Amino acid sequence: MRLWTFSVRTAREILRDPLNLCFGLGFPLVLIVLLSAIQANIPVSLFEIQNLAPGITVFGLAFMSLFAATLAAKDRESALLQRLYTTPLTPSDFIFGYCLPLIPIAVGQGVICYAAAIALGLPVTVHIVYAVLFLLPAALSFIALGLLFGSILSVKQVGGVCGALLTNLTAWLSGVWFDLDLVGGTFRKIADALPFVHAVELERAVLRGSYGDIFPHLYWVLGYLSAAMIFAVLLFLRQMKRQ
Amino acid sequence: MDAIKTSGLSKRYKDLTAVAPLDLTVRQGELFSLLGVNGAGKTTLIKMLSCLTRPTAGDAELLGHSIVSDAAGVKQVIGVSPQETAVAPNLTVKENLELMCGAHGFSHQKRSDKIAELSQQFALMPILKKKAGKLSGGWQRRLSIAMALISEPQVLFLDEPTLGLDVLARSDLWDVIRSLKGKITIILTTHYMEEAEALSDRVGIMKSGTLLALGTVAELKARAGTDNFEQAFVTIVKGVGT
Repeated sequence: MRLWTFSVRTAREILRDPLNLCFGLGFPLVLIVLLSAIQANIPVSLFEIQNLAPGITVFGLAFMSLFAATLAAKDRESALLQRLYTTPLTPSDFIFGYCLPLIPIAVGQGVICYAAAIALGLPVTVHIVYAVLFLLPAALSFIALGLLFGSILSVKQVGGVCGALLTNLTAWLSGVWFDLDLVGGTFRKIADALPFVHAVELERAVLRGSYGDIFPHLYWVLGYLSAAMIFAVLLFLRQMKRQ
Repeated sequence: MDAIKTSGLSKRYKDLTAVAPLDLTVRQGELFSLLGVNGAGKTTLIKMLSCLTRPTAGDAELLGHSIVSDAAGVKQVIGVSPQETAVAPNLTVKENLELMCGAHGFSHQKRSDKIAELSQQFALMPILKKKAGKLSGGWQRRLSIAMALISEPQVLFLDEPTLGLDVLARSDLWDVIRSLKGKITIILTTHYMEEAEALSDRVGIMKSGTLLALGTVAELKARAGTDNFEQAFVTIVKGVGT
């Protein structure tokens, strides 16, 4: 009951912020349409809708970090969390209360992206349903990162780290905008060591129906998910103690 | 029965003594004000008493519940209105009150009753559907206190409740606080001398983590040898003639 109350509040705070809706839902949609238009005029295999849609969908998840981090940082700065810490809400109520409402929002964002992709010519198959489900590990990773940054950074810092740095890292190192092999070398090695490109390749494999190709990408994403979740919980508990 | 009883309660941050060992008793139903300049230790003391910060040494009992060993028990009997306006800005006034009801695990019926009661008491009816973030500072403070009272606390902490408010908004809030006097125990921190003078049963003056003086406004004025409470505060804090 207490967790539900806090979760509802989290969802309301996020969904009632028009900027969140513009960036979280509008921006990925604009990108899909724009890059598909480019593809129509100058054919690039990377921007074919079956490659583009999974990439943009994963890229859109970076905004889940921004949402979670901004809300947690605002709550800390406004002393709302301080007030709530004096109530019977438990640490797990807070952690789940920040994370759980973002899962349906992330899934909803994925559904909207794939719906737009269908409108732009993506064949309708059952694999799209699985592709939405396989977004969950990456979505949870981004949500955990948001909680982590929201536990240690100010609202202003969150804007820089999650709003600029993380979205750019996701964009540049995921292989959505350009083929990473074109750069190669150290850049490729760095990209391979981070989860972004693996999340995109995992999503592309599921959408193709090539389930054997989801490995090792799934392991990479799950590994980063575990690490992000552990650090997020530890840092959230630390700031709770510091209150 | 005592509402609050501290025994050697203290807080240190490395080399800084935020609150020196403190023995203090506050009676049930009393409005006790804590005065002091910035960094005096008022907020740290309130944070310890409301289980937000663990003391370095000592303990305090709130209506028999230890802040060290029975934080859950303490949380059942207190309400806190923090220094900053701690409301959820994108939620309406009613939803903010519902949030606090939910945090305390109230049933649907009790939730409705409590919101109706507090809306009446704090004249929130006309603004129940307004987003909290759109309210003026005075109304946000009013809502903040109403949220602190949701759990029917027996001890209410008000940390600088009128900070930054205009004269009229402050006067309105004084009326609200006066209406609570005697019904529950209130611990109030403030920088406004006239506020402490107008509202308090007793006043504690803190400086650098130490409780310098304790008594009624009249007693403190007499101790400082002046009829002006602000002058009495300055005299005591500067250590002149005491």
